Amino acid sequence: MHTFAYARPATLAEAVALLEAHGPDARLLAGGTDLIIRLRDGTARPVVVVDIKRIAELRPAIREDAGGVTISAGTVMTDIAADPLVVRHFPALAEAAAVVGSVQIRNRATLAGNVCNASPAADAAPALLVYGATIVAAGPGGNRRIPVDDFFVRSGQTTLGRGELVTAIELPVPARRQGAVHLRRTRRRGHDLASITLCCAVDEAGVTRIAYGSVGPRPVLVVDDGGVLADPAAPDDAKAAIFEQMFAGASPSPRSMRASPEYRLAMLRVLGRRALRIAIDRLAEG
Amino acid sequence: MIDSISIEVTVNGRLRAFAVAPHHTLLEVLRDDLELTGTKECCLVGECGSCTVSLDGRIVDSCLVLAVEADGGEVTTVEGLAQDGHLSLLQQAFLDKGAAQCGFCIPGQLMAARALLELSPHPTIAEVQDGLAGNLCRCAGYQQISEAVLAAAEAADR
Repeated sequence: MHTFAYARPATLAEAVALLEAHGPDARLLAGGTDLIIRLRDGTARPVVVVDIKRIAELRPAIREDAGGVTISAGTVMTDIAADPLVVRHFPALAEAAAVVGSVQIRNRATLAGNVCNASPAADAAPALLVYGATIVAAGPGGNRRIPVDDFFVRSGQTTLGRGELVTAIELPVPARRQGAVHLRRTRRRGHDLASITLCCAVDEAGVTRIAYGSVGPRPVLVVDDGGVLADPAAPDDAKAAIFEQMFAGASPSPRSMRASPEYRLAMLRVLGRRALRIAIDRLAEG
Repeated sequence: MIDSISIEVTVNGRLRAFAVAPHHTLLEVLRDDLELTGTKECCLVGECGSCTVSLDGRIVDSCLVLAVEADGGEVTTVEGLAQDGHLSLLQQAFLDKGAAQCGFCIPGQLMAARALLELSPHPTIAEVQDGLAGNLCRCAGYQQISEAVLAAAEAADR
């Protein structure tokens, strides 16, 4: 691993100042499960690594406030998967957090790091899109709140500006009763990156929200608010047409080692239908 | 030239103070500076689990943790499992069930299994498989490893 300076700011202001001063020469370190691999293979060569784990405002915390739940940037997947608030209000996010990497990875990897790394295969991303999460960022100009759908650009790139860092992720408690599920396809059970990662929620008003990743440069959110997918009595042809529109945004890379584009496109449809069925069942079960 | 950083880490119950380079991982420091070579280096990308240690009560891949990140923390390695020269129940079960073939992955398997049993003292076979999913065995001794974890859970009740 090449050498770098290590900074461990105690406050958010110090962290922002370091990021602003060093720009692309600074890299944030949260769980490190992506960054340390890149430091070792040389695809990231920062002058300074800024460890955010000792910043008081970012300490691991999941709290309920008016109308929603806020997950601080230091919160790791293990704690998100097991948190009663997350399990109650955002079960598909808990499911996604529970399948990221291995126990060792989940004990270290943060939700904020998962979104900032902006991998197309990020398992938490589809659930955050479906639940309408907001990314809270701090920067030289103060705080900014970014809808998660406006956060991802492409693999490794977000709309964060120079000097900005994610401080928390906010999730609004769904206004209507809904059933939701996260599903993924991997080469082996257990520890693997997803060839497809997908989240589906169906609410009592008949709105179906599906988000999927690992089939293009960024995760995609699509919505059927016409009630067709949510209606078990709707004809298959009508559903198939809507699924085709929804999955038109998939453009899997032919260069990936994990799965061919043909396989991914076929499995996207299988997982989409399976997730819809489970979401409808869960809505019915309450 | 980047300066080294002074850190304090409690390793297997003993407080150690030393200086580390910022780019040295916890794995490198454990093996090279503290000569605790039970923890193995293998894939270096957090896939194989050979370098699994416990940091502040939770298992991590020590190849993906900078040593400076462990400053002020508590680390347990495989060398910390036996007490007063006696193997832990889990280690004994691994021996009894023939779970160690080449042995390379076993320190990591033991650390992961120990963490699993702390959270779930009576795991199902599926829970054992999930709990050890981050630890690869190149001899494919998974059957015996799972049996050993279940046997250790039973032995703890006796």
